[in-house]
Amino acid sequence: MISELEARFRDVIPSVQFCSLRFVRERQEHLEVRRGVLQPVERSEDVGVMFTVIDHGGVGYAATSDLTPSGLSAAARRAAEWARATRTRAISAFANPPTASHVGSYASPVERPWASLALGDKIGLLSRECARLAVDDAIVDWSAGLWHVDSETLHLTTNGGRVHQALEILVPELRASANRGDETQTRTFAAGQHCRQGGLEILDEVGYFAAAPRVAAEALELLDAPDCPSGVMDLILAPDQMILQIHESIGHPLELDRILGDERNYAGRSFVTPDMIGSYRYGSELLNVTFDPTRPGELASYAFDDVGQPATRELLIQDGLLVRSLGGLTSQVRSGLPGVANSRATSWNRAPIDRMANLNLEPGTSTFAELVGAVESGVYMETNCSWSIDDSRNKFQFGCERARLIRDGELGPVLKNPNYRGVSATFWRNLAGVGDASTVEVLGTPYCGKGEPNQTIRVGHASPPCRFTGVDVFGGA
Amino acid sequence: MQAYFHDLVGELEKLLTGDERFLASFAGEDSDFVRFNRGEIRQAGTVSQRYLEVDLIEGRRHSSSEITLAGDLATDRPRLRHAIEELRATRPFLPEDPHLLYAENAPSSERVQRGELPDGAAAANAVQAMGAGHDLVGVYAAGPIYSGFASSLGQRNWHSAESFHLDWSLYRETDRAVKSSYAGFAWRADELDKKARRAEAQLAALARPPRTLKPGHYRVFLTPAALGELVEILSWGGFSFRAMRTKTTPLIRLAEEKARLHPSVAIAENVSGGVAPNFQEEGFIRPDRVMLVEHGQLASCLVSPRSAAEYGVATNGASASEAPTSIELDAGGLPTDDVLARLGSGLFVSNLWYCNFSDRSACRATGMTRFATFWVENGELAAPVNVMRFDETIYRVLGDNLVDLTSERELILDAQTYDGRSVHSARLPGALVDDFTLTL
Repeated sequence: MISELEARFRDVIPSVQFCSLRFVRERQEHLEVRRGVLQPVERSEDVGVMFTVIDHGGVGYAATSDLTPSGLSAAARRAAEWARATRTRAISAFANPPTASHVGSYASPVERPWASLALGDKIGLLSRECARLAVDDAIVDWSAGLWHVDSETLHLTTNGGRVHQALEILVPELRASANRGDETQTRTFAAGQHCRQGGLEILDEVGYFAAAPRVAAEALELLDAPDCPSGVMDLILAPDQMILQIHESIGHPLELDRILGDERNYAGRSFVTPDMIGSYRYGSELLNVTFDPTRPGELASYAFDDVGQPATRELLIQDGLLVRSLGGLTSQVRSGLPGVANSRATSWNRAPIDRMANLNLEPGTSTFAELVGAVESGVYMETNCSWSIDDSRNKFQFGCERARLIRDGELGPVLKNPNYRGVSATFWRNLAGVGDASTVEVLGTPYCGKGEPNQTIRVGHASPPCRFTGVDVFGGA
Repeated sequence: MQAYFHDLVGELEKLLTGDERFLASFAGEDSDFVRFNRGEIRQAGTVSQRYLEVDLIEGRRHSSSEITLAGDLATDRPRLRHAIEELRATRPFLPEDPHLLYAENAPSSERVQRGELPDGAAAANAVQAMGAGHDLVGVYAAGPIYSGFASSLGQRNWHSAESFHLDWSLYRETDRAVKSSYAGFAWRADELDKKARRAEAQLAALARPPRTLKPGHYRVFLTPAALGELVEILSWGGFSFRAMRTKTTPLIRLAEEKARLHPSVAIAENVSGGVAPNFQEEGFIRPDRVMLVEHGQLASCLVSPRSAAEYGVATNGASASEAPTSIELDAGGLPTDDVLARLGSGLFVSNLWYCNFSDRSACRATGMTRFATFWVENGELAAPVNVMRFDETIYRVLGDNLVDLTSERELILDAQTYDGRSVHSARLPGALVDDFTLTL
């Protein structure tokens, strides 16, 4: 398929300044056992290409699932037509085409391939884990699942670029909902955030086989727990909440296309402006954030982005100071600002835009005990279950599945319905403690929505637990 | 495209052996997408995609596979054969599915909605001309959308529509903007012009210095679009029969009769009034209308075939997600022209944004105001308002604190394009609400 496609690409290139082809083939399999019953096994194979043409200041794309010579030829022509139609009408970046011509490849590290375990054995595994969730009649809904993705991309350009990448991803899932009367509490296996690149070895790495009894017990425990108290207090966020905090109030505000206004009709703008890059104090001196697609096994690792730019690890926030934003090649040309290799598309049928990839909060020096020990009165929250933030990525409110009260440096009783709210521009300046390397968890989310037309993309986040002071915390109704 | 789908189904029939059956769902579109920022074109292109999902069944054992189609039988035939062979090879490893249920005698149907759409480049020119002199940002999406269902029992259903959706904002500065949309099946320049003039008038009102409100309780008017954001999160399990039976519905207190909505609140899934197909992936035909809430109380739920089999009830043709596609809320008695006068002094909210549950069991939600939100004094627009966060239960917004719903409703076509262009819609009134809680 790949070599055939390369030959066909050469045959259909229109007479333009620049043309690229991006091929994506993605196979997925989702297995889930719910309440002891195997749900319909779902498989898919999505295959297609996108042509991008940049010509005399115009830009056009055309995506098709028809990979026959005539299908490819029609799509290449259509992309060229759009480029012609948008001359003098497109954003100025395309006057001098920002294009990459790199050659390279990448493959996810896989120790135990998905296919090394027979389907029947996978179903058996999930049936056992599902059964371990049903520990009490108050558990009213429960499930165990595995979602596997095997993706191959090829990016070819008329200026000699050729990038081939193969990704393999596993998302382990557990969920238990407990009910009493008109109250239901749900506990999950980190809300599906234990997703990584790799094979079945991930299940051992993330402790999947030990998790089900804890998930079920904690769902039941929440039914008896008091509501999270209200007040301004110290807050420690576990890594499976930190990643949401990083994602929403650092990642999205730093996306350069948002800063340039592209997303204002849908995903929103940013409180960050171009002049803040290099001088703005984003957080306390404990805050160090990197864009790092080079970290092996993290969900959004790659060697090149979807326009063929080589990926490198870059510091975005250094000792609390904003030094770089998340802008791909086009946004860098438009803004004149340094960026990163983050032009990414959800699949063959969407054009690349500025996205997060792996966005990590670098470890500090505190043990978890030291983080807790520094809190006289506060709350420790785990596992995101609710997220909401304004279109400038400033005023946020997040909710978690579970919390623990902290009094005099000790973890206390479990609390239900924990929520907190704040403002990005000030919240990170109250970062008062960052867990050390031993406390870091490598997590991610397969669902980050953005763009017009809409796109969902996978992003990785690694973070230790962190302590914040003076946070507005509250509980349920 | 319909003929091609039938050709594919013919190929599928040839591939069956023994007692095998199949259910096949087709989804495709040929879409122009043009994205604008600051009145210039950011991205412009065309996407042609076709997918076929086949569920291969023998007795109660089955599994499904979705493949991408080229639209060329010579190319797609081997893909189809490979998919069927894989599904057949998988079957021995699968247990019997006790919750398998599919239509065995549902009628075939055909609905073809032709459109009058401009050429994509011409539409882009028209949008740029309409936004000239303004900071316009948004997206134009247009073209045919195809949906089909077929089973080896002879059932054939087809739904296609040629439609467009222009979703755009005019920005004055920072986060102050007017959001508009123009969607339908026949593009009319004068209709677009009317909407553009309306947006410009609102934009002028945003020129006044903005006001920042303190957290507290406010009388608010939620436009149909703003109310739609709240109604949308009710669809996250709120009308699902499975969620109701597993007590995971956000409307659990309504279901347990521990809470109720205002007696004037009536919510329905009205497929006949929407633009979505009336068939689903197991071949069941959805009734024209299912009442979900009547007189402020839960009336019924959306029941997928799997839930029907699991809990021993009848399906009403809901999809697997058991979420509405064509939700509607009955109108009230407040004429739209009287909204500002009845609001008196309070907040006029054009749009809400990023709603999510802050206490799911209590159906308490948080979210933000967005775009054009105004402070109203003595029935007159006084000033735009900087964005505010709310945190409030649906039982107050559509219950104790609901003053009235507007007597006119708007049909809001979903602009979302994840995976493909949405065919979901909502027909909603605006809502006048007392003591709406703003928190940040």
